[in-house]
Amino acid sequence: MNGSLIVARYAIQESLRRRVFIVVLILSVGFLALFAWGTSAAFDEVQQNLDVGESPLRASEVAGGILLGLAMFAILFLGAVLAVFLTLGAVRGDAERGLLQPILVRPISRRAVLSGRFLAAAVVCGAYVVVMFLAASAITRWAGDWWPDRVVVPALGLAGAVAIIAALSVLGSVYLSGTANGIAVFMLFGGGLVGGLLGQIGDALPSVRLERAGTFTSRALPFEALYQNSLYGITADADGFERVIVQLGPFGGAQAGGPGLWVWSLAYLVIVGAIASWAFSRRDL
Amino acid sequence: MPPALSATGLENRDGGVQALRGVDIEVDEGQLVGLLGPNGAGKSTLVKIACGLVRPTGGHAQVLGHRAGTIAARTSLGYLPELFRYPGWANGDEVLDLHQRLSRSRGGSAERRELLELVGLADARDRKVEEMSKGMQQRLGIAQALIGQPKLLLLDEPTSALDPAGRIAVRELLEELRRRGIAVLLNSHLLSEVELVCDHVVIILKGATVASGTPDELARRSGVEVETATGIRRYEHATRDDVPRIVADLVAAGEQIYGVTVVRSTLEEVYLEAIAGSEA
Repeated sequence: MNGSLIVARYAIQESLRRRVFIVVLILSVGFLALFAWGTSAAFDEVQQNLDVGESPLRASEVAGGILLGLAMFAILFLGAVLAVFLTLGAVRGDAERGLLQPILVRPISRRAVLSGRFLAAAVVCGAYVVVMFLAASAITRWAGDWWPDRVVVPALGLAGAVAIIAALSVLGSVYLSGTANGIAVFMLFGGGLVGGLLGQIGDALPSVRLERAGTFTSRALPFEALYQNSLYGITADADGFERVIVQLGPFGGAQAGGPGLWVWSLAYLVIVGAIASWAFSRRDL
Repeated sequence: MPPALSATGLENRDGGVQALRGVDIEVDEGQLVGLLGPNGAGKSTLVKIACGLVRPTGGHAQVLGHRAGTIAARTSLGYLPELFRYPGWANGDEVLDLHQRLSRSRGGSAERRELLELVGLADARDRKVEEMSKGMQQRLGIAQALIGQPKLLLLDEPTSALDPAGRIAVRELLEELRRRGIAVLLNSHLLSEVELVCDHVVIILKGATVASGTPDELARRSGVEVETATGIRRYEHATRDDVPRIVADLVAAGEQIYGVTVVRSTLEEVYLEAIAGSEA
């Protein structure tokens, strides 16, 4: 078996057997239960109060888009938390605890160790956000008979977003201790979302400077652009007033990224991985 | 056949600290070399360079003819770090299984079982690491280092957490490894342990070699004491080979001799003397 696959297999085994995974599972089930209860109540309200003289389908479209968008923000956040916790100590943290040295003296390259850790986090967190997204979509279907316009692209977008966060966390782990790295990645996460939101506000005002800030953020931290693209996908067929409402909220606007976004996201992962490998190869342990 | 480990003029500078200053060392097949020195002397840095965790800033180190740190060099060695930990969620068998995969060992469960028996953990193969005592974890570490039948074993304080019985078991294990032709570099603070098992001892201080030789050579320096009718006479630089001449000279001089003792200092005394002499 390839060296990075051996490390990935081991890291996945570790992530599934650590107590943090049980905690994440319990919190996720709690979140989905809360979402189901809230979504059911929201659809009831919408159908009673907003459908007077309107087509019930259009009101559901707005409510469904906003509610699933809210769930996607929560799912991205939970996925990011999981990605950071699985990778924040991948290099320096594990080296300080003496976990890394016995592995590194085996005939395996440091690049393979890093890519294995990244692969494991991307698989676990990607699978997590996809399952959560599908579960949240099923809940909107159950509660309000509403299903997102696109399913595959938004799910892949969320998986790509958490993969990028995991890659940034692996890179940070080469330089920073576990706690410092966790804080740094969450600051990047928050900064990315705020940057994206500023871009949307700039688009609505319109303000060229804010739009540029949003574009820069999307390039520098493409997880945010993937998230926006996913938000766009769930109401891709909406138009008119519905389009305006769902495009603005609730946590970061919906914005189609196009094929270039996927190409850049892949290139970004390669670049981050190359920098991390280079830095790790020069690090004495 | 190249030596299992050879280092020439090895230097390492980390920031403002010169950890190694031109150390030479050689460990041949089946040889057990002890590395002694106070804390901060550079022993662990030397071992880490040998296994590729630290890059030298000068000199060369080779493992079985391959540059230290390369994958070819790491294929032939086993390493037990001074500070190590295995994941608490895994059991002993799983830890060894991971290292078998990483080292591409084909030993399978038979090898894991044999190694766990060798270090006295046969009954603990399914026990999680977090449920093991520090001594058990250290023994698991030794078993891990032996995965894949390494030709060179680098042990950094392998008995620091072991009780006396555990230390004796490790000593016996080291002797068994020597019989199998495995070269061992043993970094230890336990001088008696090094004296008992090592073929060769290197003492380093502040990154430089201050003494080197077999335990016998190092311990031969203390001289001869002769008990005569007029008192005890000391010949500080004499060795066992000088005894007949000393006795003959004294008898010729009319002395009555009641006893002769070849004073052999312990490695501890030699070590302290070497450290003190170098610091002075």
